[in-house]
Amino acid sequence: MNATTQTPRRFQQGLQRLLQSRVAGVLSYPHGVDRYLEVLNPLWSTTEVRARVEKIEHLTADSVTVTLQPNTNWQGFIPGQFVQLTVSIDGKRHTRCYSPANSLHRTDGRIELTAKAHANGFVSRYLREQLQEGEVVTLSPAGGEFALPEQRPERVLLISGGSGITPVMSMLRTLCDEGYDGEITFLHYANRAEDMIYADELADIATRHNNVTLLRAFGDGESGGELSGLFCSEHLCSSVPDFAQATTFLCGPPPMMAAVEKVWEEEGLSDRLHKEQFTLATPQLDTSDEAGGEVRFARSETLVANNGSNLLEQAEAAGLTPESGCRMGICYSCTCKKTAGKVRDLRTGEISSGDEEDIQLCVSVPVGTVALDI
Amino acid sequence: MSIYHTLTPEQFDAIGQELDAIRNREIADLGEKDEKYIRTLIKRQRQLEVAGRGLLMAGFLPPAWLAGVACLSASKILDNMEIGHNVMHGQYDWMGDKNINSRNFDWDNTCTNTAWKHTHNFEHHTFTNVLDKDHDIGYGILRMSDDQEWEPRFVLNPILAVILSTFFQHFVAVQSLKLEDYLIYKTKTKEELKAEFKPTWKKMRKQLFKDYLLFPALAGPFFPFVFAGNVTANLARNLWSSQVIFNGHFPEEVEQFPESVLEDESRGHWYVRQMLGSANFEGGRLMHIMSGNLSFQIEHHLFPDIPAHRYARISPEVKAICEKYGLPYNTGSFMKQSVSVWKRIFKMSLPGKGGGKGKGLMAKVIPLKAESGSASRQAA
Ligand SMILES: Cc1cc2nc3c(=O)[nH]c(=O)nc-3n(C[C@H](O)[C@H](O)[C@H](O)COP(=O)(O)OP(=O)(O)OC[C@H]3O[C@@H](n4cnc5c(N)ncnc54)[C@H](O)[C@@H]3O)c2cc1C
Ligand code: FES
Repeated sequence: MNATTQTPRRFQQGLQRLLQSRVAGVLSYPHGVDRYLEVLNPLWSTTEVRARVEKIEHLTADSVTVTLQPNTNWQGFIPGQFVQLTVSIDGKRHTRCYSPANSLHRTDGRIELTAKAHANGFVSRYLREQLQEGEVVTLSPAGGEFALPEQRPERVLLISGGSGITPVMSMLRTLCDEGYDGEITFLHYANRAEDMIYADELADIATRHNNVTLLRAFGDGESGGELSGLFCSEHLCSSVPDFAQATTFLCGPPPMMAAVEKVWEEEGLSDRLHKEQFTLATPQLDTSDEAGGEVRFARSETLVANNGSNLLEQAEAAGLTPESGCRMGICYSCTCKKTAGKVRDLRTGEISSGDEEDIQLCVSVPVGTVALDI
Repeated sequence: MSIYHTLTPEQFDAIGQELDAIRNREIADLGEKDEKYIRTLIKRQRQLEVAGRGLLMAGFLPPAWLAGVACLSASKILDNMEIGHNVMHGQYDWMGDKNINSRNFDWDNTCTNTAWKHTHNFEHHTFTNVLDKDHDIGYGILRMSDDQEWEPRFVLNPILAVILSTFFQHFVAVQSLKLEDYLIYKTKTKEELKAEFKPTWKKMRKQLFKDYLLFPALAGPFFPFVFAGNVTANLARNLWSSQVIFNGHFPEEVEQFPESVLEDESRGHWYVRQMLGSANFEGGRLMHIMSGNLSFQIEHHLFPDIPAHRYARISPEVKAICEKYGLPYNTGSFMKQSVSVWKRIFKMSLPGKGGGKGKGLMAKVIPLKAESGSASRQAA
């Protein structure tokens, strides 16, 4: 139900229990209580997290910062985690992951998401250009292993690049709000000073908190940063000499993450490095022999030649509409039964057995002929 | 002789291409307006249902009872026809909304989603008006074609048709069980029947419990008013939806086909069979919505997975294609089509031939081979 501030919490919990009761279920059969509640208010649901867009800001030219007021089904998050945001664009639902950037201790219960609009990005451009205040969106509960530990580390190093700033921004804001007194270094990479999201707030935090060191690195030839150029181990040695003592949280574009990971690996510190990836770093497709054969969509009596792309794309290209969400192996909406044939997992490169089993279409590429129960 | 045999293979292909072009254009155009349409309709249906059930609680007052029955009947009709039937056809699957999706949607009706998709989406839409394949021809209890062997039980055709209409939701619910195979032809054992009936009974039980026990019980001493109101609303939905469906396939001129036409049937042949096997009826916007746009049964059978509110706009084009190739475009008022259906029902109760054009076709069937084009069958 919606969090109306005047409604006493007890009453709301009672109502929630009533609406989730078996009697309510039978009375609203077969549609379910939610289908009636949402007629009254699109925010109302007994199970789903829905949120109203309260505010839209543009901190940089190619980003959008969206403040959301969730309904009471929102169970909160741990700084660093992400949510799956579902929006309807021209009648069709699209789901993408975004990491809340706000502090855990934000008092109004709102969620702040910041998205960088990619030139060809379907959802991020929609968020940047078309989303309106007052609209209602759907969220998943927060998830992900990338999270600030309950037992706060003694020394924290936050490294980010581009839009990867969001989860570590949440960590920084949270630590500052709770009066954390360990050392924090915030190392951020951006192409240009004017592309840096949260630049003003970061500068402000650094001046108000003695334990926070802000290191900005902009592209070669750009001024205004403490460092310049892409990530390299010299940046660490010169500016964060004690990095080995820190618990490090890393989020950024794949090449930058690879460079950082390499240093930590060489130092034998991999277990002190926590990382989050925003994109599925697609392994090289070996299209030579794998792309042969065909894909059989048994239930829809459709057959296509395997073109080597993931099964979700191949199914859609064949005119089918399997369920999907994140399109990167996170939400499991695209799970379906493979009845025969082998597939390769795009995340691990592993090749499955030829047995009947459930697979995620969006991260599975057929290896030869595959039959699916869709 | 039916037009089905005078068209050339090239003409079948051309018809297939012209209709495919319409289909592709409509699919490419799906978007926000379709979403708005179905969401608004669902909203109206839920509002009508809540209003109807609420009013029936005060059903001891005659005006409240009447208004309640009207709202609830309208709700059930909308839920089953324009929403349920069309959503379960996958017309809105592209929206990616799990609640408005052929996989998950369930309707205020005793038939389960799975059974419906099998008998209706698959059997009826693929094998439209093909004897022994399309169970909707008589639902296993009626004789609707000359070429169905006459049996003495068919003397009761008109009475059975009234019973079928009255309890339509239950007949549809058990349609997939093919009860006649157990009761009359003895090709199915009791055990088989029991196992198949299980999921259907589960759904029936819930529907019956809700409409005939729980909601009436909520009204306390006014139990009988709510009970009677729910009976009436279900009856209204049953009579209306069965007549709409009969009008779509059983007016006298509508053709029926022998199984042999299915052999190597091309896309063009499939389209033509759909057009010859379906009939429309005319009416205003409300009539179209309340019939789930099955008033455009011809368009629906050509494009079962295109949102039904688009049929009205497509229909002049389909009509033009029919004219161009000399195909009939069977339409008329709701009254005219209903009378024609009931005429057929009465005629078929007597032995011997007496039906419509179906006769000519069935007598002179030649197996048709597609010259070109795929033998794809659409299980929409
Ligand atoms: C756990 C997690 C957390 C995330 N948190 C955030 C966040 O807080 N803020 C944010 O802006 N994004 C975040 N993302 C990325 C986000 O989910 C989308 O991938 C991104 O917004 C692009 O979506 P799109 O629909 O606009 O692009 P699409 O239409 O899906 O893709 C279009 C093109 O853009 C490329 N592309 C897609 N995503 C990226 C990317 N991240 N970087 C570079 N190129 C890309 C694709 O390869 C493709 O060529 C997160 C992703 C994950 C997995
Ligand atoms: S779409 Fe989310 S796991 Fe495949």
